[in-house]
Amino acid sequence: MKRSLRRQRMHLASHLILILWALVVIFPIWTLVINSFKSRLTIYENPFWIPTVWNFSNYSTVISDGDFLTYFKNSLQVVVFSLLAVVLLASLASYALARWRGRLSALIYYYFIAGMMLPIKIASIRLLEITRTLGLLNTIYSLPPIYIAMGLPVGIFILTTFIRQLPEELFEAALIDGATKGRIYSLVVLPLIRPAVASVAIYNLIPFWNDLWFPLIFINREDQKTLLLGVTRLFGQYQTDWSKVLAVLTLSAIPVLALYLAMSSQFIKGVTAGSVKG
Amino acid sequence: MQKKTNTLGSWLVYLLPALFIYTLFMAFPLIDSLRLSLYSGNVPQDRSFVGLGNFARLFGDERISVRYWGAFTNTWIFFIIHMVVQNGLGILFAVLLTAETMRGRHLYQTIIFIPTTFAVLVTGYLWKLMLNPVWSGDFFVSIGLPFLKYPWLGDTKTALPIVALVSCWQWMGIPTMMFVAALRNISIELLEASRLEGASGLQTFLHIKLPLIKPVVGIIGVLTFVNNFNAFDIVFAMENVNGAPEYSTDLIGTLFYRYGIAGQHPIGIPDAGLGAAIATITFFLLLLVVVPTLRSTQRGGGE
Repeated sequence: MKRSLRRQRMHLASHLILILWALVVIFPIWTLVINSFKSRLTIYENPFWIPTVWNFSNYSTVISDGDFLTYFKNSLQVVVFSLLAVVLLASLASYALARWRGRLSALIYYYFIAGMMLPIKIASIRLLEITRTLGLLNTIYSLPPIYIAMGLPVGIFILTTFIRQLPEELFEAALIDGATKGRIYSLVVLPLIRPAVASVAIYNLIPFWNDLWFPLIFINREDQKTLLLGVTRLFGQYQTDWSKVLAVLTLSAIPVLALYLAMSSQFIKGVTAGSVKG
Repeated sequence: MQKKTNTLGSWLVYLLPALFIYTLFMAFPLIDSLRLSLYSGNVPQDRSFVGLGNFARLFGDERISVRYWGAFTNTWIFFIIHMVVQNGLGILFAVLLTAETMRGRHLYQTIIFIPTTFAVLVTGYLWKLMLNPVWSGDFFVSIGLPFLKYPWLGDTKTALPIVALVSCWQWMGIPTMMFVAALRNISIELLEASRLEGASGLQTFLHIKLPLIKPVVGIIGVLTFVNNFNAFDIVFAMENVNGAPEYSTDLIGTLFYRYGIAGQHPIGIPDAGLGAAIATITFFLLLLVVVPTLRSTQRGGGE
């Protein structure tokens, strides 16, 4: 006990630095949340302290406005569908790329991996035309194809690495039993890659859910807007009432934040998975 | 194993869906954007080949070139602030967080990573409100810090550094956790040996830890560079797409949006050729920086 106390004292400087940064992180979030419970005028009274009267009407106004729930539903549909598609397509391709060794296989692998370092935003002007040609402009259907294309490079990188590390005997045993590729994929590969699939999904969740760029350039119709694009509209609409703006911001941050706090280790592992070897 | 199972034909069905989507919505539009930079016209029907005409306008037309070089310089400043503050602090936090005997590591990690889960837009709006002197100014005066009451986002000298620092606040969790993961991979025997040799903490860091995590340093540098040359949301949220005040926060990302997608105020007609030219320069700049950086830092990193 005494020894461990002395050790902690040795870390005093470290604790001070980290506590300082933790305050820098928490202070704005604290400001965000407490002020969302004030009113248009009381928000000016004591900016960084709790309200004298707790006001819940900002939240009920924002939610009953109707548009907010539409935006939320649109985002949820786009993100869930895109994540499922990335996981499915990436796992199929990774299974092939991990098991099929050859020059062509390596070439296709690098073709996919190159996308990890190339920002898709650069291609926006051409993507805008493709989306218009396909008749998807101004609908939420314009987003999943791009998100899937964005998510595949990292997905294939993580899953191919993972499948290559699976013991060879598993595949040999299945082959001896006469299993086809399809059966090996669904009965051997899929159940075993679950932890890596979680990483792929988490890695892509934040850029999909928090993307503003593509909704901004593709979607104009109110009923097709995603949550963040809707937030830009509500920000303008409530400009004179900051407590409502803060309620909107809080509500839009809650889903990913709640998921993160519930499973922070997997989150951190997932988000850093794309760039750390092994 | 039979030969038959190892041919393109037998694996194609697994690869085709991913290849199709990735090619149509990523590889092709990327490459074709480069081609578009050689054409004028906004719709495919009235597109005509102009050679390097768009580039000539970008650098030759004074009204446009002054904006391009302004955004180009701002983006480099934005990048350097990220490298120093975000990645510098990130590596410091990572070293502190990997000290084996320290308590509360998990809690600190969890907190440091929270802003990374926010949308850039939410972070930007929140800080914009907090930095508004009308709202928080009197509070700063009352706690004896009157110099903090200042229109940070309205001054051409402070706006860009402030926007960059808010962006660092948001992304701090990524370099921190990537460095933590890399530092944990270093064998304990090696660190123990260096301690027994009498090396100080700083010496151990400079001569043992840093060389071993070089591949991750390279990747983080590249990621920061790529992201900063595409940054848009943070300026959109905290200032506007014109990089207010007076274009002092205009980045390549906002410039690209104005010329190529939304149309430059007050005309409001996008200039696809010019936008594609901006994107093309960014593309080659990224290649020029990313490839050599990865080549020199990834060599020798475990395959």
